[in-house]
Amino acid sequence: MSENKMKDAAYRSPDERLAEKKSKYTPKSIFLNGVLYENPALRLVLGTCPLLAVTISAKSSLYMGLAVIFVLTASEAIISLLRNVIPNKVRIPAFITIIATFVTIVQMLISAYFPALNESLGIYIPLIVVNCILLARAETFASKQKVLPSILDGLSMGTGFTLALLLMGTIREVLGCGTFFDMQLPLFGDVIEPMMFFMLPPGGFFVFGICICLVQIIMKKQEKHASGKSSTPCGVAGDSSDCLSCGGCSLCKGKEE
Amino acid sequence: MKLQVSHSPHVRDKATTQSIMLDVIIALLPATLAGWYYFGIRAVLITIISVASCIIFEYISRRVMKRNNTITDLSAVVTGLLLAMNLPVSLPLYMVVIGACFAIVVVKQMFGGLGNNFVNPAIAARIFLVIAFPKAMTSWTVRSGSWFSFDSTDAVSSATPLTKINTSEAPSLWKLFIGDKAGCIGEVCIIALLIGALYLILRHVIRPWIPAAYIGTFAILVFLFGKTNVFNFTGDLTVLSGWGDLFHECCYMILSGGLILGAFFMATDYVTSPLTTKGKFIFGMGCGILTFLIRYYGNMAEGVSFSIILMNILTPHIDEWTMGKPFGEVKENAKV
Repeated sequence: MSENKMKDAAYRSPDERLAEKKSKYTPKSIFLNGVLYENPALRLVLGTCPLLAVTISAKSSLYMGLAVIFVLTASEAIISLLRNVIPNKVRIPAFITIIATFVTIVQMLISAYFPALNESLGIYIPLIVVNCILLARAETFASKQKVLPSILDGLSMGTGFTLALLLMGTIREVLGCGTFFDMQLPLFGDVIEPMMFFMLPPGGFFVFGICICLVQIIMKKQEKHASGKSSTPCGVAGDSSDCLSCGGCSLCKGKEE
Repeated sequence: MKLQVSHSPHVRDKATTQSIMLDVIIALLPATLAGWYYFGIRAVLITIISVASCIIFEYISRRVMKRNNTITDLSAVVTGLLLAMNLPVSLPLYMVVIGACFAIVVVKQMFGGLGNNFVNPAIAARIFLVIAFPKAMTSWTVRSGSWFSFDSTDAVSSATPLTKINTSEAPSLWKLFIGDKAGCIGEVCIIALLIGALYLILRHVIRPWIPAAYIGTFAILVFLFGKTNVFNFTGDLTVLSGWGDLFHECCYMILSGGLILGAFFMATDYVTSPLTTKGKFIFGMGCGILTFLIRYYGNMAEGVSFSIILMNILTPHIDEWTMGKPFGEVKENAKV
């Protein structure tokens, strides 16, 4: 990625390069932002509906995550390319149309090549269209940034979402079913009876809350660590306190500009 | 200093959390002993494990959260005892530990410890276990082997009397009253529960309003809308046994299941029930209506637990609604 980034930077006009410097986006910051600091599922609490519904097994979580990564990256790339063409007043319908196009492609591919997967994910594949993560990234990032950072943002946000799905899916499948990726785990089954609770909606909310709590603890530790070194914990927005209080870095960023 | 919130008048009293909890433990003892008598030594084991793991989890979680130690207020012992009373005797022992962990760590300490839990920890743990292990939690047994048998397979599994009403297997009202039936460890012996409840009421630890409203509402609803209710009753009311038949279902439904245990010992939990008398009546009536609806129209045999937990969640709203007007306040629309 960094190679592409450097190559891209070489073709920029000086004032563009200055603008790039000002916005402080580096590949590392974008990536960390998507995976941890602004993790769409566990920090911004976006896309909760598929998160709670498909995480009953690690397998379906992973496939859902991969579908979201593809749609997010592709739609961010296209939106970023068209950002100067799309009229401001109709930007939301335009974004949705672009997103829907890719979701349709994904759904057709899945139903053609993985019919079993299509059965298990069901309605949640078409529902990616209305997943808040996609619209939020289109609005706050892709419509304002260049193509390569947008692609990187799509990839990292998607990865963050997938990791969150996978974490929840693993916890719920192991505790609720005694299996991991359909593999029978040794201790569960004979000694400990799998807990149905984790396969049901209340278990989903329960695990979701615990995961948010864990990420919050990690962030607090990071913050303490970072304040000791007097660097911004967010890595993106300039003012760390501002960013942490509202929980949405790029939203603040958008306002500042 | 901790601010205590309650409605006026405020009366200074010698009661401490510890003394109240000790009273509750004493009141729970007759029913626990009766449960041990009916279900054998495995019931004793479940009770000990439940209480011990509640205390250990309380200690560990307070330690991890860097709060002061609260084992001595005995609230963890009460939770452990109530939880054990709410479990069937054949439950695998590790499930008891999981239930205790859920009650203390998740329901109680994660929300700030005693006084801040939004639902009764013992009932929440019971519901968690019912949802997590539906089969183990609903296999009720009547002991048939020796009293000293640890083996749960020694017991004969049997449906709770709730599902057996109007069948030939239905136990008599007297059997239900003294506790010779299938059920959870602590809920079977009604007479022992009533002795404990009487002790609590006489010691002014609990007020009788919630149990009275709860059981009363439930009885009236069964009387009016039960399976053999007052409208479709065909018996002969000119003889005494006809009257007995008329009230049979009412008494049967009150005496079976966990209604008495729930109404006197769990619905009256200070933290999760309303403060005002009016609020207590509303709370009890809500519990009664929900229990009736769940028992007659629901598909789970968890009327008492679910109704109490639902009303627990409504408690802050009931309190807000029934809070007394401060003395001397001018009415909103009063003419000046």
